[in-house]
Amino acid sequence: MKKILYFISGSIFGIGLIVSGMSNPQKVLSFLDIFGNWDPSLMFVMVGAISITAIYFIVTKNKSIKQNTDKKLLLGSSIFGIGWGLVGICPGPAIVVLGSANIKGVIFFIALLIGMFLQNKIAK
Amino acid sequence: MNIDFANFTPLASLFGGLLLGISIITLHFFFKRIAGISGIINSLLTKTETNDYKFNSVLFLLGLLLSPLIYGLFVTPINVTIEKSYLLVVLGGLLVGFGTTLASGCTSGHGVCGISRFSMRSIIATLCFMFSGIVTVFIFNHLL
Repeated sequence: MKKILYFISGSIFGIGLIVSGMSNPQKVLSFLDIFGNWDPSLMFVMVGAISITAIYFIVTKNKSIKQNTDKKLLLGSSIFGIGWGLVGICPGPAIVVLGSANIKGVIFFIALLIGMFLQNKIAK
Repeated sequence: MNIDFANFTPLASLFGGLLLGISIITLHFFFKRIAGISGIINSLLTKTETNDYKFNSVLFLLGLLLSPLIYGLFVTPINVTIEKSYLLVVLGGLLVGFGTTLASGCTSGHGVCGISRFSMRSIIATLCFMFSGIVTVFIFNHLL
């Protein structure tokens, strides 16, 4: 029964993305358009999410495992940012958009899975 | 710099962010799992994870998938529009899937969970995707 908490945290996560505006591609693109008509709202998502989560990790004395920064991290993150900047959707919102029955959202999600699959193949 | 005050929603965004935090804390407190969405999706594509682990991923993703429906029932129905062309949607999806897997994390895994644990790796990853995202939007909105 405890497993229902997986479903509940998934729903809370999705509602958080919807309420915050993260699942709205236009809002994400205006957030990234710092030289245009800039909408800084999504900075507050980071502030809200990081503050409460950081307090939890400090209280529970949970430290990150020391891992080196490598080329894969730099290259992968930069590639991800290009895709994010092209459409305005990152992996969490991709699932929310999929659930809102949007045809382009379905196509985006399939492409995302293919991208993951290709990287898994290359990594082997 | 010009701020779009007409669409500025600091309180809603802050509250949404707190909900993300509550979800991340729940998942970590009860199951010691990190709510990195790209990692959770990719766990279904790899053979190395156990079936139990994959089942848990499915439960979380199902909650995420049904969140627009739940929100629609209790608050107001949401209507998502993607203005970009089909070609860009496919290209964007491929890059997001490929990049987050190569970097072992996305906006949630590195941007929220990692930064909250003061991981230098995640701070660097977040700076990278913010920078390339801003450059991409700049090229599309102001150069092309």
